[in-house]
Parts: sequence; structure tokens; C-alpha cells
Amino acid sequence: MFDLDRWREIFQTLSKNKLRTALSGFTISFAILLFTLLFGVGNGLKHTFEEQFAKDAINSVYIRAGRTTKPYKGLQSGRRIQFTNDDSKFMNEKFHDEIEFFSPNIERNNVQAIYKGEQNRYTVRGVYPDYQPLESAVVQDGRFLTYLDLERRAKVIAIGRLVEEDLFGQLSAIGKNITLDGISYKVVGVFNDPGGDNDERFIYTPFTTYQGIYKPNNEVDRFGLTFNPNLSIAKALKFSNLLTKMLKEKHDVDPRDQSAIRVFNYAERTKNTKILMVGLNVIILFIGIGTLIAGIIGISNIMVYIVKERTKELGIRKALGATPKSIVGMIMMESIFVTALAGYIGLLVGVLSLKILGKSLEEYGILNPSVETSVVVGATIVLIIAGTIAGYIPAKRAARIKPIVALNDE
Amino acid sequence: MIKIEKLHKSYPIGKDSLHVLKGLDLHIKEGEFVSIMGSSGSGKSTLLNIVGLLDGHDEGNYYLNGQLIENLDEKKAAILRNKFLGFVFQSFNLITYKTAIENVALPLYYQGMGRKERQEKAMKYLEKVGLKDRADHLPSELSGGEKQRVAVARALATNPKVVLADEPTGALDSATSDSVMKLLKDINREGMTVFVITHEEDIAEQTDRIVRLKDGVIISDEKVNKKVNA
Repeated sequence: MFDLDRWREIFQTLSKNKLRTALSGFTISFAILLFTLLFGVGNGLKHTFEEQFAKDAINSVYIRAGRTTKPYKGLQSGRRIQFTNDDSKFMNEKFHDEIEFFSPNIERNNVQAIYKGEQNRYTVRGVYPDYQPLESAVVQDGRFLTYLDLERRAKVIAIGRLVEEDLFGQLSAIGKNITLDGISYKVVGVFNDPGGDNDERFIYTPFTTYQGIYKPNNEVDRFGLTFNPNLSIAKALKFSNLLTKMLKEKHDVDPRDQSAIRVFNYAERTKNTKILMVGLNVIILFIGIGTLIAGIIGISNIMVYIVKERTKELGIRKALGATPKSIVGMIMMESIFVTALAGYIGLLVGVLSLKILGKSLEEYGILNPSVETSVVVGATIVLIIAGTIAGYIPAKRAARIKPIVALNDE
Repeated sequence: MIKIEKLHKSYPIGKDSLHVLKGLDLHIKEGEFVSIMGSSGSGKSTLLNIVGLLDGHDEGNYYLNGQLIENLDEKKAAILRNKFLGFVFQSFNLITYKTAIENVALPLYYQGMGRKERQEKAMKYLEKVGLKDRADHLPSELSGGEKQRVAVARALATNPKVVLADEPTGALDSATSDSVMKLLKDINREGMTVFVITHEEDIAEQTDRIVRLKDGVIISDEKVNKKVNA
């Protein structure tokens, strides 16, 4: 029901009592502003964490071999462990259900790459096509390696965006031939990688091609795999522990030997970061609720003060024929109007400052600080409801005071 | 218009209670100009508050415009006040942030009257009290006498049955007091029942009937013998 006269009365009261209106409005605006800023900055921290994660598949497991540090089963310490194709087969057989993507890996550093007059040195990896999701690489041009390349031991390569930039400048590398340590490979794809510059200076070639050239005894440098994303973190950790144990057994390594076979499971990091994220969320929530409570207390106090200050005016209105209902209605409508408007202003200022400050906060590890509209609107509604209740209780009391008592109030 | 029978009222003070009105009987007919005289503590303000439906009574009967006042809730009281009664207070009780005309129009707002009509009516009553040119002034910009005349205009705005004036001249000097009393007399002459509470003899003497109150009982109730102006 829209009653123009009633609103006119309310606007008059609000505009003729500017200090009072500004005071209550400011409390609400400030609470919502703080809420928005804190939530925004908190979300920015969260985004930073999430971005860190995007660098590699979060369910990755990397397995490397080293030298033994403990004698075992009559074998001396200091023995070098060497993975072979047999280990690939072994893992895929034993952990068929747990493994999502799998790729053995042969890595050679400082490989000289030449295209026409340009040359540079890069790390070259012989991998399976599965390696692409492991690195979260995104094909930007052409294609990644395929199983057909693997079968044919094709001399093809997928190069990082920066390799193309280094050797080809503005031109496209697709279909061109690059010489890597004297052997010519055809470029079939260019990829980019959210992992950054380093990851965009890799060159990938089919595992079989590379093994055929450099590893005559089926040796493998290391393995990368991702576990089934449906596994819980606990299960994923259990899986990698079992994998480690079985590989150690297979290679006659003391189970307590930490350096002969090293398995690095991202789930470990995920677990720690998840705890951190939960902690961060709790803090954000705590701060948010704290700010809201402060706002609620603020608006409640002001409402009590306002009604107290107006006792005499309310008494006059009652003497002139205002019913208790109309008194309560008037105070509530004023309070709702002020809270809603002030809340909206606080919201606007908060969201705008986040937008303006957003860029400059990036260097402090706060990425894209922003708040979901629903959260801020929800907070504003909470404050409006609080303001309404805070206004209702003293208004109800004021409406119940006998007009004669109110009139004598100085 | 106003009929009171055996009216009792006491106020609790701590554990005891103060018996303020001790069985009053009073009958005020339509068109009368009555004053209630009494020193402070005599119960005259209490009487006005009960008559004005600003406060309830404990015992006895009160008829306003022939209607028995009982079991009055706040809402009914508010509506009856708005319909039958106009108030003039010692301390004016104007709303400070409203202009003279807005103050006069306020009871009409609570009657649900339209804005334009309210303005016209309020202006008419301001003109009647001689303050047409001060309509857009705030109470703080008006003198005491002007404020009280705005209050009288406000009391008249709803065209009530009775105007209740509580020490209407208490805060005014004698010259302005006279002008306010003259205004009340004029209103009465036009047929309005006017009920004045005062402790000043010379104010009471300007009314037609003086009811003297002492310690919660009526000690005298007599017509004023109008001095014939020579």
C-alpha cells in the first residue's frame, strides 16, 4: 500500500532532522562498507590461493628415482635406482582404478634448438599425450601429441608459446621444422600454460621417439600421473603411500629410505591448503558476522536514542489523534527507509572501492577482490531487518506511553 | 457535553498511592466557558488529563458528548481525541521542525484528510487567529503569544466539541495572555465549549464559570458575575 501522504510525512521528518538521519544512516553505510571491503579482501586472498592451484592439475602425483641411502636385503646404500617401461606397466596394472592420466617422462635439459638463424636452449620432455592435462597445458595452435605419434615414434613436437616467440617471432611455428641437438622435428602444436613463463618454454615430443633415441634400455626418468578426482584426499594419500611402498618393494629399497624413490603427491599440498582455506573462510565469516553485529548494535542504539528523543513529539502526535499503530508504523517506515538507502550507499561505495583498489592490491597477494552480490545484499537485508526490529521495540514502547507522560518529557 | 460522576483517581508512589481526585461530580454543558481553579497539587491537571482522554480514571463515570468512556484502548482514545477534543498546552507543544501551517494541519492528517484540503483548512484557522502571514514560520521563529495562537488554531482545526486549555497563559506575559484569552472568548462566543485550567485568578475571572478545586475535591462551583463595562 503506497500512501503518498505518509511518505511525505516521513521525508519531512527525515529531512528536517538531518543529523539524526545522517547518524543512523552512517552507521548502516559504514557497517555495510566494512563488510563489503573485508569480504572482498578475504575473497581476494582466496582467489590468490585458487590461482596458485591452477598451475598444475591439483590431483597430480610425480614419482622420481634417486640413490638409496640405506642398505637393504644385502644391497649396499648409494645404489642408483632406475625406472624402466616395466614400472609403467606395473603401476598401470596395479592401480588401474586409481589412476586417471599417466605419463612416463624422459627429460633432457639445455637442448639446443635451432630454427633458421635463431637458436636457444630448452628443456625437452618425451611424454605421453596424457601429459597435457597433467601440466594443465592449453593448446593454442595446432594440436598436442597423440597416441598415433607415439606408435609411429614420429619426430614431432609441441612447443610452448614462448619457444615459438623466441624462435619464430611473429610467425607461426606450425608445420616448421626445428633441430633439437642435431635431429629435426616438425612442430605440430603450440601451447600455453597457466604455470607461467617457465612452463611455456618446454618442448614436448612423443615418449617413444625420445626413448628410442636417448634411452636404449627402456629407461624412464620419472612418472607423472593424476589420481582419479573422485578420490577423497585421504584416499588419494593412501593410494600414493601404497604406490610408494610397492615401488620400493619392487626395486628392493628399504621402506624407510626416503630418497631412493620419491613420490610427491599434490594432495598433500591440497590438504594443507584446504586447511588454510577453511581457516581463511572461518576468519572471513567471523569478521563479516562481527561487522554485522557491530552494525546491528549501532543501529539499535541509535533507534533507542531516536525514539527517546522523539518521545515528546510522539506524545503531541498522540494527543492530536495519532493511533499507536500509526506511531509504530511511522517510526518503522522511517527506519526501514533509512537503513535500506544507507545500506545501498554503503554497498555501492564498497563495491566501487574494491573495483578501484582491486588492481593495486594485486601486488599484496590479493587477487580480484570482489563480493558476491547476494552476500552483500543479504547482509544489507539482515541490517534492515535488525534496524526494523531495533526500531520496532522502542517504537512499540513509545506508542504505549500515555500521551500525558510523553508530553511532560523534556 | 462533559459529565463526570464520582470520579476517583490515584497515582502509585512507591508502595503507597496518592489519591488525587476524590469523587468529583461535574457537568459542563455545550457552549460553556469554564475554568478550573486550584493551586498546584489540587488535582486540576489530573482532571484535565482524564477529561482529555490522555489518562484513564479509576472509579466513577465519565461521559463525553453523551458517550460513556470506559475500557478505552489507545486506539479508541486517539480517535475520540481527534474527533471531539482540541488541546492547548502551557508549553505550546508544537512540533519544532514543522511550520505553523503544518502544525495546524497535523490533526487533520490523522483524520485522513487530503493534503490540499488540509492546507486550506489550516490556513483558514491560522487566519482566524491572525497569523496568516506567519504560516510558513517555524515555531522557533514565533513569539510565545504567536506560538500559543498557532496551538489554538491547531486545537480548532478538527472542529472539536471541546477545547481543553491547560494553563494556556502560563508561559505568557500579561499582554499576550489577554490576547490569547480574548481569542478563547471569541471561540466560545461562536459556540465552542472551552475548558480552561489555571491557577491565576484574573484568568479564571474572564471565563463564565469557575470551578474551584482543592485537594481533589470541588470546593466551589459558581457563575462569574460579569463586570459591566462602564
